[in-house]
Amino acid sequence: MSEAAAETPLVEMRGLTRHFRIGRGEVVHAVDDVSLAIAPREIVGLVGESGSGKSTLGKTLIGLHDKTAGEVIYQGQRMPDRYRPVDFRRYARDMQMIFQDPYSSLNPRMTVGEIVGEGLRLHSDLRGAEARDTVASWLVRVGLSPDHMSRYPHEFSGGQRQRIGIARALVLEPEFVVCDEPISALDVSVQAQVVNLLGELKASLGLTMLFIAHDLSMVRYVSDRMAVMYLGSLVELGAANRVFFAPKHPYTELLIGSNPEPDPASERSRPSTAIRGEIPSPVNVPPGCRFANRCPKVMDRCRTEAPELIPVADEGHGHRQVACHLYDAAA
Amino acid sequence: MALLEVSDLHVEFDTYGGTVHAVRGVDFRLDEGQTLAIVGESGCGKSVTVQSFTGLIPMPPGRIVRGGATLRGHDILGGGRIDGKEVRGREIGMIFQDPMTSLNPTMTIGDQIAEPLQVHAGMKRRTAHARAVELLEMTRIPEPAKRAEQYPFEFSGGMLQRAMIAMALSCEPSVLIADEPTTALDVTIQAQILDLMVDLQRENGMAIALITHDLGVVARMADEVLVMYAGQVVERGSVDDVFYRSAHPYTLGLKAAMPTNQSEGEQDLQPIDGSPPDLFAPPEGCGYAARCPFAMEACQGQPPPVYGIRAAAADAYDHESRCWLHHEDCDIAAEGVHKGE
Repeated sequence: MSEAAAETPLVEMRGLTRHFRIGRGEVVHAVDDVSLAIAPREIVGLVGESGSGKSTLGKTLIGLHDKTAGEVIYQGQRMPDRYRPVDFRRYARDMQMIFQDPYSSLNPRMTVGEIVGEGLRLHSDLRGAEARDTVASWLVRVGLSPDHMSRYPHEFSGGQRQRIGIARALVLEPEFVVCDEPISALDVSVQAQVVNLLGELKASLGLTMLFIAHDLSMVRYVSDRMAVMYLGSLVELGAANRVFFAPKHPYTELLIGSNPEPDPASERSRPSTAIRGEIPSPVNVPPGCRFANRCPKVMDRCRTEAPELIPVADEGHGHRQVACHLYDAAA
Repeated sequence: MALLEVSDLHVEFDTYGGTVHAVRGVDFRLDEGQTLAIVGESGCGKSVTVQSFTGLIPMPPGRIVRGGATLRGHDILGGGRIDGKEVRGREIGMIFQDPMTSLNPTMTIGDQIAEPLQVHAGMKRRTAHARAVELLEMTRIPEPAKRAEQYPFEFSGGMLQRAMIAMALSCEPSVLIADEPTTALDVTIQAQILDLMVDLQRENGMAIALITHDLGVVARMADEVLVMYAGQVVERGSVDDVFYRSAHPYTLGLKAAMPTNQSEGEQDLQPIDGSPPDLFAPPEGCGYAARCPFAMEACQGQPPPVYGIRAAAADAYDHESRCWLHHEDCDIAAEGVHKGE
């Protein structure tokens, strides 16, 4: 276990599950029995392909989706299974979310000042000039200018809009922030700006974050620990650099191997690592290991018996958790 | 003779806010079996460049002010007007970033692939349809006959991009233009699509012009690279020259902003501060001067010319950089900028 995880967690998910009924008796198993504890001032990166349930997990965690089963413990307190408006009002100061798409997540009819100031108006006692000063100081903090307050979202580039989204989420100085793919819609040079900004804000505010992304190489720069999700459940969890450079689960290995490196010589010499097939439908979740039908190391028992997320020794780096029969005592 | 040659291309758009100078003098050539990557940030003009000679720019408001494009020596951009349809469908195939919005949701996949065959190759409906199924098989879509009867919403993103490739290749084009073909896909699916493009190129020898902002994809795919900034090519060369002997500060900036899979431990990402210039009124000097760590006085006022970078050994591709640092009188030691052997 990493040092951070040994502390009392700030947020803890226990068996968190979210299913969607889609009619005809069919159920989408978007998130299935996920348990994960996040320590204060820790950033956990959550990675996986589209359809793995990572966004649903983030939204269920902060109450934007009702929980089908399981619980969320925040600062020792059990959060409601289904949020009522009063619950959102109560917890908004503590938990916030930064959304993926900086184009659709800002109201085009509100000025930047109104967008960033809305949280203050609803959840704080700050009014008038004081509220305006707070908004202005946050705009400066995320690299915009106070003059931008009277402008509308369409006047900004993607990277600038994402900064507005960050200022909106952080203006109430929450303890915990879920970042749902905050950089995937941005250009590479701008991604680095936003990643570095989040790093600075974490250092200065002591933020705790769940950072959801599908780009593993970026997540490595941001996170202390990395959690890999596949078809609704966690398959690997450990220190970010260890998971990235020494993956243990066959899925993690293939996911990292699929990421092309900006180095022509090594790309030329590297054999293709494309994974066969695609992520199966979460409606008919296969029995046994969910990755079995694409796994190059599949064994007979994988098709019938679901592996548990168990601690596995991480050579010289404490422990890591892996859900794979290759690492069972019996294997 | 080059397969495709574009010279001195200038494209503008008239808007309510004024005229956008989107492409400001781009040249390149593409030969059979070659892959050319065009790299740059959003708004640098990389998509407009290829759309201009495929007739996909709405005119007005778009305008090809100057420049030409030839395919096997035939002018395809005569007098600022595109001689479109024939070229587009038969000789140049295109795939786009977002396969979901690039396909017609009301037509079956099979009919959409068969359409260009009926229009350009004059095939009968039945033959065209049979060919569509073959093409789906070629792009490794399982159960192609059944899939051909389905609609786009029944396909996943990766499968749709395969169907788009099947459609682009239906008339056996000599040039495939891929505009951010994998940006909307997961890395696992991206790896599959890139492998497929390489295999198909090996089989039929087509040239690929690949537009992307992902340097990892460039490293995997490209023979030659054009780096574009603010509507101009700022550096060009073989993929090794551009990555290992980068001669323009912008190329260095892009490289430093990319996370690598390489060494373990702490290294910071270095973003390029600021944002690209306003192309309503492009700067008089170098477009990158405002963000460039090595900017000199000359850079603000005068546009830099293109300098050839001398190579140690002969290379199939010229290495060029549009930067004052390569002027013979410039004695600034710009760290990381390759100035030739």
